Amino acid sequence: MAPRIPGPVTSPSGPLTFPAGREARLAAGVRGLTREFAGRRVLDQLDLDIAAGEFVALIGRRGTGKSTLLRALAGLDREVTGQLTVHGSTAVAFQEPRLVPWRRVWANVALGLRVSDPRSVARGALDEVGLTQRADAWPLTLSGGEAQRASLARALVREPSLLLLDEPFSALDALTRITMHRLVVRLWAHHQPAVLLVTHDVDEALALADRVIVLSYGKIADSCPVHVPRPRDREHPDLVNLRAHLLTELGVATEGKS
Amino acid sequence: MSRSTPVPLLQQDSPSSSGPGRRPGPESPGVARAGPAALTAGWPGRRRRWRSSWQRLVSPLAILVIWQLVSSSGLISGQKLPPPTSVWHTALTLVTTNSPAYGTLQGAMLVSLQRVAIGFAVGGLIGLVAGLIAGLSRLGEYSVDPPMQMLRTVPLFGLIPVFIVWFGIGQLPKVLLIALGASIPLYLNTFAGIRSVDGKLAEAGQSLGLRRSEMIRHIILPGALPQILVGLRQSLGIAWLALVVAEQINANAGLGFIINQGQAFLNNSVIFVALLVYCVLGLLTDALVRLLERKALVWRRGFLDQ
Repeated sequence: MAPRIPGPVTSPSGPLTFPAGREARLAAGVRGLTREFAGRRVLDQLDLDIAAGEFVALIGRRGTGKSTLLRALAGLDREVTGQLTVHGSTAVAFQEPRLVPWRRVWANVALGLRVSDPRSVARGALDEVGLTQRADAWPLTLSGGEAQRASLARALVREPSLLLLDEPFSALDALTRITMHRLVVRLWAHHQPAVLLVTHDVDEALALADRVIVLSYGKIADSCPVHVPRPRDREHPDLVNLRAHLLTELGVATEGKS
Repeated sequence: MSRSTPVPLLQQDSPSSSGPGRRPGPESPGVARAGPAALTAGWPGRRRRWRSSWQRLVSPLAILVIWQLVSSSGLISGQKLPPPTSVWHTALTLVTTNSPAYGTLQGAMLVSLQRVAIGFAVGGLIGLVAGLIAGLSRLGEYSVDPPMQMLRTVPLFGLIPVFIVWFGIGQLPKVLLIALGASIPLYLNTFAGIRSVDGKLAEAGQSLGLRRSEMIRHIILPGALPQILVGLRQSLGIAWLALVVAEQINANAGLGFIINQGQAFLNNSVIFVALLVYCVLGLLTDALVRLLERKALVWRRGFLDQ
């Protein structure tokens, strides 16, 4: 298997270098991961390494096992077989924000936090995602974007070494999604967790990730590093080429290819 | 207490004096509120609710008026269907005089309330605890659910003869009947409520590293609470029903006793008073639970008001 460890994350456009003792710099490693649902193999002997601080986007058609892989990494699936190592802690932001409706927003962020003053820590996290004003609101009164921000704050406040994002922006409108992309990049740059973003949106993957992985029939079909500095211009020639490549990979014919 | 002297009590009805102020007068809130409408403009929901609650009073009042007309005009004899005014006077007399046949209304209410309170507390607690045990663990479900389901199918009031044989005719069989009746709905709803907690929330809790005890406290119990409160209301309803039936077993005090006496003395108006008191007490306890609901489920309110 070809090494899939990219270079230092802080300068994604820089040269690929493999630091010494890279095992220690892994956020997560997976070997021979297999998961079957009623005899159907959703993950098939999958191997994957995610470097510490790396932003990985996982794309693929529906039912190719993207979310299954994410749930396995989150420790939410106990029926996967194979080797799975996560260095440090994980936190998840789900597609639906899954805020606990009977706890105020700050109390959702503080849920399960084991610190001396969870309330102020939670408020700090909400400040970071721009939700200071809504800290005392009930989750059911939040807009979709606000709820997703709260969900991000709840994940990040745990300072995870691996942040798992399961299509967290797919239910948002286009404008909110762009704002959220910027927020995620900013938070990632600040906290430097490794990120695994599951998405079906090629543009989203290209806008955010250091590396885009294509999942197909439970295996990794392709792994493309993205060496374009952020913030990224959608029309950057590298991105245009990569987009065309990835769309072909996903079986979508592209028109007007430059 | 002598039962031999039938007391032709409480028949001093004044048929034609239909109570003033019963009809919605010109000071109806819809009109009165029209002036400061600008003040309430920010609360359209509250105002609408206020108005609709007033409108809901119209049909019950109309029924009262028709009832009064039907029985005071002699269309139906006052003996069979005493008019509301006569029922009202009977109620007043029952409250103010301690007659040997009936005792006082408030005394009877206290006795009945006590029975229902003890029975409901015992039964409710059993139902709640059994529901928690069955809901929170598979082992609990297997050990608690089958007997509870068996108990559920036993006709509650069919047990009365057995209860009399076992527990006599005192306070105990009455309270136990109420407890048994009240335990079932609370059990079923607690169990179902816990099992229907959103699995996605539980999964989120798991991903946040909640311990089992934290999961129960922060996710499962609050998630089951709406359903538990529904069970609480159903349990209360059954508790009152069981009280009425239980009090027909040789009671010598309480509302059921008053009804029995009214029947013995062919005084329907007394029976009506006792029935109405049952209604009012039932409504009051229901309102109490609804108040509890509003407090406990405050997180839903902002959402439902929209």
